Amino acid sequence: MTILTDTIFVIPCSGIGKAFGTISRDATYRVVEDLRKGETDTLCLSLLVMGDDEARRLVKLHRCISVDGCPSECSKKNLSLSGASLAASFRVLDLLRENKALLTQSVTFLDENGRKLSELLAGQIALKVDELKKEGDRP
Amino acid sequence: MEGTISRIATRFVLEQLRPGRTVTICLPLFLSGDGGEREFAKNFPTIAVDGCGKLCAKKAIEKYSGKTADSVVVTDLLEKWAESKPKSRRELDDNGVRVAQRVAREIATALDRISDRKGTV
Repeated sequence: MTILTDTIFVIPCSGIGKAFGTISRDATYRVVEDLRKGETDTLCLSLLVMGDDEARRLVKLHRCISVDGCPSECSKKNLSLSGASLAASFRVLDLLRENKALLTQSVTFLDENGRKLSELLAGQIALKVDELKKEGDRP
Repeated sequence: MEGTISRIATRFVLEQLRPGRTVTICLPLFLSGDGGEREFAKNFPTIAVDGCGKLCAKKAIEKYSGKTADSVVVTDLLEKWAESKPKSRRELDDNGVRVAQRVAREIATALDRISDRKGTV
């Protein structure tokens, strides 16, 4: 796979106990595989946290967007600790506060509310990608 | 893809196969949290469920909490069963769900082995 120097990495958390983790993952894939395919990529947060050399190299080389489910903010914190070029951060909980009617409990597979939240979040991430691209590509 | 299967298989164990007997922990929180999760894994039998041969879960548990009670690696199981990888990492198709259920049964079997050895859980 060719990764362009201006590829932006979107890194979701791995939250498995609540729906928010599932939404952060789903939204990330929507961006990387559909909305901004070819312009974005992702990698396993666990691999980064375990100190994988290639993962650490990639997040330092490319601008990164963290996507967290809950206030623990594992993606944002660990990207910062890894010396990543953290360009933006998103939290599912913040989106839920603005869209309380979309409260969801379903963790394993997203229900309708979860999918709607994921779509909204993915849209916001995609717009941020566009904004970052306009600011200028990394050399 | 295998990461998605490991995640969903784990959820199947919690919700369907062994409800009330299992909990799960986010790996990044385990690694960078305040230590409560690592303490929990020291005191309770912990099964590592890894998607691939990088074995992030197993290595993390062994580094911070001690030997795992068991280890399940999705890529190894797919190879053993001659199952093909799911096509999507975002959403599993019917075949992907079936494979995740199969992996879940492996995890549940591992749990039962641990229970038999300890006489508890």
